[in-house]
Amino acid sequence: MKPANAWNPRWRLLACVAPAAVFFVAFWLLPVVRLLTLPATKGWATYFAVLTDSRYLQSMVNTVALSVAVTLATLVLGAAVGIYLARHAFTGKRMLLSLLTLPLSFPGVIIGFFVILLGGRQGVVADIGDSLFGERITFAYGLLGLFLAYLYFSLPRAIATYAAAAEAMNVQLEEAARSLGASRLRVAHDVWMPELAPTTLACGAILFATSMGAFGTAFTLASKFEVIPITIYNEFTNYANFALAASLSIALGIVTWLVLFVARRFGANPVAR
Amino acid sequence: MRKNTQPKAPFLLAITVLVSIFMIAPMLLSVMAGLVNNYSAGLKSGLTLRWLGEVWENYGGTVGWSLALAAACVVGTVLLGVPCAYALARSRSRAAHIFEELLTLPVAVPGLATALALILAYGQLTAFRQSFAFILVGHIVFTLPFMVRTVSSAFQRDDLLALEEAARSLGANFRQRFMGILVPAVFPAIVAGSLMVFTLSVGEFNLTWMLHTPLTRTLPVGLADSYASMRIEIGSAYTLVFFAVILPVLWGLQYLANLIQKRHGT
Repeated sequence: MKPANAWNPRWRLLACVAPAAVFFVAFWLLPVVRLLTLPATKGWATYFAVLTDSRYLQSMVNTVALSVAVTLATLVLGAAVGIYLARHAFTGKRMLLSLLTLPLSFPGVIIGFFVILLGGRQGVVADIGDSLFGERITFAYGLLGLFLAYLYFSLPRAIATYAAAAEAMNVQLEEAARSLGASRLRVAHDVWMPELAPTTLACGAILFATSMGAFGTAFTLASKFEVIPITIYNEFTNYANFALAASLSIALGIVTWLVLFVARRFGANPVAR
Repeated sequence: MRKNTQPKAPFLLAITVLVSIFMIAPMLLSVMAGLVNNYSAGLKSGLTLRWLGEVWENYGGTVGWSLALAAACVVGTVLLGVPCAYALARSRSRAAHIFEELLTLPVAVPGLATALALILAYGQLTAFRQSFAFILVGHIVFTLPFMVRTVSSAFQRDDLLALEEAARSLGANFRQRFMGILVPAVFPAIVAGSLMVFTLSVGEFNLTWMLHTPLTRTLPVGLADSYASMRIEIGSAYTLVFFAVILPVLWGLQYLANLIQKRHGT
């Protein structure tokens, strides 16, 4: 045997990690540490602005409530569509599935624009309302508009996930339940729900995290209903209030990360799409 | 035929139809809106390519820059990510585990926070701040975990360990083993990771909007800009440009990836 190969395997592995590590430390870790320490320069109270200032607290509560509502709605609708598509064969199914998952590659701004086309001042709903009741109904810039936009970008992920999970479901269990006289609702509750629980947890956590940080959609809809990414953006660009923007970003980051962390403890992987 | 033994599910069918309409109608609507003379008058006002022409004049450059940026992002994540994925797959030490966790954080933390951090740290370096490299760095930080995770799980295959061992006992040095055996073996995973990185980078807005300057605009940034300040027809035509340019590219890459998967897959 050669005396200790010049390249000890340990060093080799370190050399392999080094480029990525240097890049990551320089362009994420150090900047984020800077972000974390910035609010301290304005006094420790700045860290708790999201809790102490009613305007920021309201914005945070809005964002969390909206994200929870969107996540729940998406899980129910996504599961229904995913299960239906996995169970039924019809012509054009593959085409439909690829159309339904296409929005995964859309930037959030496009989805905001879709909602403006539907519910904006010149939108379809406004036109229909005008011809039916003589009133132009607009909902794009309020809570309903944001909800629909968030739903739009969440659904493709849920549909794709549930379609894949439902393919793998055990049909015999369900047939047994049905032959024993279980009602549809009963089957959904006792057979589908336990089987799809891990998928639901993983998918739900990702949907929630994506909704919390969705900036593009809310930005396009320049909403009356303020969400935290827009609050951060305004503090940073309009008022040049960097310390506060940093503090709010930390709060947003903590909430999102915490949800993903808890989900992962129960076996869900955030990077697997 | 298990599919046909399924009982009818009228309730699920109804939801599926409604959701499909909700998902697909806006796409059709925006394509139509980009091609009519006057949006509020609808199809009656006639079809035109005028808006597309105007978009191309004002924003044509963003298309090329977005594609170039996504390609550069793929190159960057491959160069940084593949060796890193190998090291993480072969080392089960605590430090490696912690590093992997850290590397994944930019995915969990909202893009807005990452962008703010980058601006606070490097905003003063004017030349860097005003170049596309600034946006590229943000995109790489965000997409790197996707590449590393995908490739790392491919490196962990047992047969690969045996292959590497065999090559070593035959006297191949590390460089020969890495380029001759390991990389070809995980090539389909690298392709899959690249596709994911490309797609994420092309559509990225949350980071990019904060990082861009008037001279460094990408397609999603231009979209937001046109939505805010232009007529609804221009916004729609620009959306149509996104569909017409980006989607065929993504489909082409997807097709290529499937082809490679078939040829190199085990």
